[in-house]
Formats: sequence, C-alpha cells, structure tokens
Amino acid sequence: MALLSIRNLSVTFETATGPLKAVDGMDLAVDPGDIVAIVGESGSGKSVAMLAVMGLLPDTATVTADEMSFAGRDLATLSVQARRQVIGKDIAMIFQEPVASLNPCFTVGFQIGEALKTHLGLGRADRQRRSIELLQEVGIPEPEKRLSAFPHQLSGGMSQRVMIAMAISCQPQLLIADEPSTALDVTIQAQILDLLVKLQRDTGMALVLITHDMGVVAETAQRVVVQYAGQQVERQPVGGLFDHPHHPYTAALLDALPDRASGDRLPAIPGVVPGQSDRPDGCLFNPRCKFADETCRTVAPPRQSAELGEALCHYPLNHREAAA
Amino acid sequence: MSAIVEATDLARHYDVSRGPFRGSATVRALAGASFTVEAGTTLAVVGESGCGKSTLARLITMIEPPTGGTLTINGQSVADEAAGDHAPGRPDKAVLKALRKTVQIVFQDPYGSLNPRQKVGSILEEPLVINTNMPAAERRAKAFDMLKRVGLRPEHYGRYPHMFSGGQRQRIAVARALMLDPKILVLDEPVSALDVSIQAQVLNLLADLQDEFGLTYIFISHDLSVVRFVADQVMVMYLGRPVEMAPVEAIFANPRHPYTRALLSATPVADPSRRRAKIKLEGELPSPFDPPPGCAFHPRCLYARDVCRIESPELASVDGADVACHGIAENWIED
Repeated sequence: MALLSIRNLSVTFETATGPLKAVDGMDLAVDPGDIVAIVGESGSGKSVAMLAVMGLLPDTATVTADEMSFAGRDLATLSVQARRQVIGKDIAMIFQEPVASLNPCFTVGFQIGEALKTHLGLGRADRQRRSIELLQEVGIPEPEKRLSAFPHQLSGGMSQRVMIAMAISCQPQLLIADEPSTALDVTIQAQILDLLVKLQRDTGMALVLITHDMGVVAETAQRVVVQYAGQQVERQPVGGLFDHPHHPYTAALLDALPDRASGDRLPAIPGVVPGQSDRPDGCLFNPRCKFADETCRTVAPPRQSAELGEALCHYPLNHREAAA
Repeated sequence: MSAIVEATDLARHYDVSRGPFRGSATVRALAGASFTVEAGTTLAVVGESGCGKSTLARLITMIEPPTGGTLTINGQSVADEAAGDHAPGRPDKAVLKALRKTVQIVFQDPYGSLNPRQKVGSILEEPLVINTNMPAAERRAKAFDMLKRVGLRPEHYGRYPHMFSGGQRQRIAVARALMLDPKILVLDEPVSALDVSIQAQVLNLLADLQDEFGLTYIFISHDLSVVRFVADQVMVMYLGRPVEMAPVEAIFANPRHPYTRALLSATPVADPSRRRAKIKLEGELPSPFDPPPGCAFHPRCLYARDVCRIESPELASVDGADVACHGIAENWIED
C-alpha cells in the first residue's frame, strides 16, 4: 500500500476576482523509499498541492479530494488536533528560503528542541543530546557550539541544513522538500541535494522534491510528475521522461533548456502560462502548443496509458518508442 | 575588432563598520581584476555569491568609482591609478555623463527594478528626458519603436508594470536600457528570476538585439548552462579575484582551475543517464572580511599544497586560457 495516496485533489482559492483553481485533479502515490519530483513553472500548483497535504493552506482555499491518505489515515477528515500529531512528525517539510523559515528570535538549539519536545516528549538533556546528533547528521561542524547560534549567524547553506535537521528530527516517513536548493549557490546546492539523497537512502523515508530545475530532477529523482497550470500533464520514470517525453509541454520545456540546445537561438515556448482570467477551453496548453488542432481547442484531453507517460494529451508524442 | 572595455588590476574596497567597540574592517569586494572585452562580444562573469561579480557591474556602469586600478570604457579613461588620487584622476563631469549613456544595466529582479507608479511609457522615456533634448513626440515615437523591438505591443505603452508577467517586465527593463542607444549592456543575472520557458524567450531576445545593434554584453550569472549558451569569453571569479578566463568552448571542454572544475561538476545536468561522480567541495565560501592567506580557494581545494597557503597565485596564460593557480602553472595538477 502506498504511503501517501492522493486521488483527484483540487484546490480552489477564493479571490477578489473570483475562484482560482490552483490545483486541478492531482493524483499521486508515494511508496516508502520513493523519490518523486514534481516539476513545473511558477503558478503550476506544485507547492499548493503539497501544502494541502500538510494542511497549511489559508481559509480562503477549498480543498477537495476523492482520497487523501497517509499511511492508512485519511488526512481530509482528520481533526486539527489529530493532524498536528502527524504533521511535523511523520510528514515533514522544508522550504525554499531557509533564512526566512527559521525564527530569528530563537537559537538553533531551541528550534530543533521544540519538535523533539512536542512530538517525542524528550527531556532537556535528551533534547540537547539528540540535537547535537541531528546537527552532526546533516554535516554541521562543531554542533555543540552551533546549538546556541541564532539564525542570522548562519549562512544560507547552514540554515538549510538546520531546517533539514528539524525536519528529520522525528524520523519522518515522508519528507516534502519545496525547492530546497533554489536559493543557494551551485556548490552548496550540490551539497544539500547530496545530503537529502543520503538521508533518504539511510532512513528509507520517501522524498517528494518540488522543483523547477530539470537538472536537479535528472540528478536526484526516480519518478517525475510534470505540472502545468494546476494539472499533471505527464507522469514518468526519470529516464523515460528525458529520453522520450510524451506530452508536448514536457518536450518543449526540455528543448528550451540552454544546456540541451544547439544552434544560436533557443527553441522557446511562445506565450505565457494561462492565468485566472485567460484559461483556455479544451487542453490548457493548446495556445502554446505547436501540434494543437481544433480538437485540442475544444475538448479536454484524455489521460493516456502508462506506456505513453500518462500524458494528458490528445496526440501524445513518441508513439514508436512507447511501443518498443 | 577593438577592445571596448579594458580593466587593469581593477579593485573596489569597502570600509564596513563593525559596531561601536571595534574598528572598521575593509572588505575587498573586488581585489584586482584585469580583462578586456572586444566590441560586439559577450563576456560572462561567473561565480557564487560574494565573489564580486555585482561589484564589477557597479564599477563598469560607473555607479561607483574603483578604489584601485584602471578602467577604460570606449577609449575613455574612467579611473587611472597613475593619476594618483582617484577622485581628481577621474575625468570631468561632462565626459563622465556622456560616457554613462554608452553603458546601461539590466537588473536581476524585474519586479523590483521597475517603478510600480510609472506607466511603461514614462519608464521608457525617462532616460531620454534626463539625458537628451528630444521633443516629446520623438520620445514617444522612440518608445513605441523600442516596445516593438523587444516583442511588446503598442498598447502596452500606457500600462503599469504590475499588469505584466515576469518575462514581459524583463523585456521592459531591456527596452529601457536600450533607449539611449548604448554600446555596452551590463546584464546582472537577467534570467535567473524567470521560468525556463520564459528564460529561453528572453535569452533569444538578447541574442537578437546583440546582432541588431552590435551590442557588447557583460553577462553576470551563476548559471553555467545559460553562460554556455550566451558567452564568447568567460571569467570565473572567486572571492573578488578572477581565477580563470578563457573562451567559452575552452572553459567547458577543458576547465583548468580546480574551482572551475568543481563548479562545472556541481551544476546539475538535465540528463539522467549522465549522473556522474561529482567533485565535492567541502565547506562554504570564506567570509570576505577575512579571506584565507595565499590562494583564497585553498581551504576547499583538493590539490592544495603548502605554496597555496602562503602565496597568492597570479593569472598566467596556459594554452589560450588565463588561470590563477600554482598547481596549473607548475604543472602538478593534471588535466
């Protein structure tokens, strides 16, 4: 049985200009030990979907799902108190801006200890000992000293390590990492990604990696979900996705990467991601798709078979490779 | 081909106060960079945060004067160490004002660099109002023309920045930079705030404009895959000093400096079949207040020997590339 199982998750925000559908019919099954990447551009709903799982969305959001369960417990009907025992313990999350997600008024040691006290009920001495262990685990030098450091005394990479230490403090079964390395320098990004993959391998937890960077996806993930304007347009193992993308959006996105380009101009995708007011009929990608025809403009596309990357498209690409 | 920007030992130091009970400290944000940029080409400046790439941008755009070295832009000296004190050594105001028109800058964050209370039309015309005596009708015509060239529509003239997406805003920022017909454009991380599909559009636009106007680009970036696509020459910087300078093919095919190699190796490649062993850099960037003695990179370098801890290496030419490394110069780091 899947650890996290989501079927037909939709999130709608009530805004001053009417309802905004941020996530539209999302399905996701994460098994223990999986590394799943959710990749998409800004506004594709990748973070919102995971925040819905965590129950961290504001009141203006309406979350509906056929199923949203974690380790057999239904997250949708869980009471607030019961949810708080799961969140931060069995499901943990780290965010893009490590410096902004740490509280500037408290020491690193206090903030790590908080989770240990709330969820595990450890005493002061145990908390101290465990915090040092955790900081060691995430590769922070001189952990005893660092416990009394305030967040502003740490660099971005160190702050992200502290965030990771907090997230793994209760040995979660699922870690959601929302753009964990985007705000960091390249050499530090490599260190953080290595650390996440190592922790995942050592503890056997599942890792959901939210990112917009195809390079990060290629180097860390096993399975990839491609999101576009709130919909999952393709779901594939990582090798297949990069070699034989089936959805035209995935293909165009990969072509637009400077490191895969040849020639002196990039094959850019024309236009922009549709917003609240200009959502097209039929396939959401049709105004920017070079293969679109009348059907795409009027009829919502079907979900294709697993061989075709479960692409949400009338005319998926790379038929022949799928048959082979 | 002629050099349009020439810098020799260009340096910028800042005095930073460290609170009431300690003396002020000197940060060597740029500790001596020498390079030339040929007209019509792109020099990419690559490095991590704190390496001095944005300080370099501020010097080239003449926002700040350098504290050491010489800088010549378009044949005109901006600062000359030989003239002694830097302030009197600078050319007079009129020359500097004319020179400023030839260098323009595009910033990283198109959300922060456009005034939200100005319409696109007045954003574009402002440089003309300040720097020229052009009549209003001509300014307007020029703004419309520039909107078209950067791929925006005439009706965008009367709109406010918040009505545009990130990519469109960066187009407006580029259009504003081009209003005074500059020769040099400093691009400070112009695409790093944009999504991949939009990033490709803006990179293509920059390439088109370079062909059309014969512009010289100083392209500052931390993203090596973008640099590979846009650059002619690449300068890799670490803690205020250039560590390697070479044509773009050479940097990517045959990186020499250990830091360049590590940087290339750390950049994620969008190809799962090429998951390879990485050169892992231990530790973090040292603080610029207190840079390590000798080669600034030695605490993180895999090859460091005693000489690296004592003596700072100079840029030396090795097979068409300039590298600042004892190991490369003395040939004990193999390719």
